[in-house]
Amino acid sequence: MASPPKLDVRIWRGADAGEFVAYEAPLAENQTVLDVVTWIQRHREPALAYRFACRVGVCGSCAMTVNGRARWTCRSHVKDVVADGRLVIEPLRNLPRIKDLVCDLAPFFDKWRRAGGRFEGAGTRREPMPATDPDTDARRAADAGIECINCAVCYSACDVVGWRPDYLGPAALNRAWTLVNDERHVKAREVLDAVTAGGGCALCHTHGNCTEHCPVGISPTAAIAGLKRRSLRRSLGRRWRRRGGWT
Amino acid sequence: MSEAALFALQRLSAKLLAPLVIVHLVLILYAVHGGLSAAEILERTRGSVVWGGFYVLFVIAVAVHAPIGVRNVAREWTRWRGRSLDAASLALAFILLALGLRAVAAVVLPG
Ligand code: SF4
Ligand code: SF4
Ligand code: FES
Repeated sequence: MASPPKLDVRIWRGADAGEFVAYEAPLAENQTVLDVVTWIQRHREPALAYRFACRVGVCGSCAMTVNGRARWTCRSHVKDVVADGRLVIEPLRNLPRIKDLVCDLAPFFDKWRRAGGRFEGAGTRREPMPATDPDTDARRAADAGIECINCAVCYSACDVVGWRPDYLGPAALNRAWTLVNDERHVKAREVLDAVTAGGGCALCHTHGNCTEHCPVGISPTAAIAGLKRRSLRRSLGRRWRRRGGWT
Repeated sequence: MSEAALFALQRLSAKLLAPLVIVHLVLILYAVHGGLSAAEILERTRGSVVWGGFYVLFVIAVAVHAPIGVRNVAREWTRWRGRSLDAASLALAFILLALGLRAVAAVVLPG
């Protein structure tokens, strides 16, 4: 009898310094890349470090670079991404490496905060949630980006993040755009100031790699274009006000 | 000047440049297609306030737009940052302005 089909898996071991180690894993009809990594950790390499939590595409913790492309591994089927029977699995790009497939996400979330990503409402927890009309343009713009799972796939796919370490990146800017459009958020102006400052939305090339990669179908590119429009209007408005004209 | 102001300037100059470039290109096609000679072109441009104004505006928009873009590219592709880069970008702006205005003067001012 022929031996069961195998998968040739190369996994990055180490941090910045390290090497690819080859493993053989069973090839199943229905398996995700995360299943393969988990199988290797359980059966071949107990010390292999990687992250996951939900396994159903909700938590955003399992992203890795698979055959050269950033993906959420829990919802990437092996049969869709395998090339010549091989999977090459590395940590995400543009983030400091900690060990094996685990990156340090602190810069990613620091930028999220720097972009003013923290929601602040006017009320307290004792008051009822204010109702929002789902049919306004602003709410539709916010809803378009609200389902971000902070997987950092877009951040890893963005070349500008690699070139300009101070660039806020697609996820933080997408978050900022949802808040600018959220009528309940009381700090929309601060958000706009934060994304207009150096390292902000002006650096985006609008080349859409983030949008192309986002596993949940968000378009940070569109969000950033919106921020550019708004921040331009705001800087001009300010100048006119300072000169005492136009408003 | 703040990054926000530079961004605003670059966007506004781009908006200005878009129609100017189109007119410029159409003009070139027209001149070449119509087989106008250099002398015939100069005949039309010399002393023309419209073409003089058009190209002065063009040159100013370019002198604002290009150095900001080049500065961005430099900051993405090299380690060049800070005051020296700002100074070089400003110098580029003045060079473009000077070269451009000189060219405009050459075709517009009576010879
Ligand atoms: S569109 Fe902007 S944020 Fe998205 S990948 Fe390109 S440069 Fe980065
Ligand atoms: S925008 Fe998409 S790719 Fe980027 S962090 Fe959010 S879910 Fe992930
Ligand atoms: S493990 Fe939660 S998104 Fe993949």
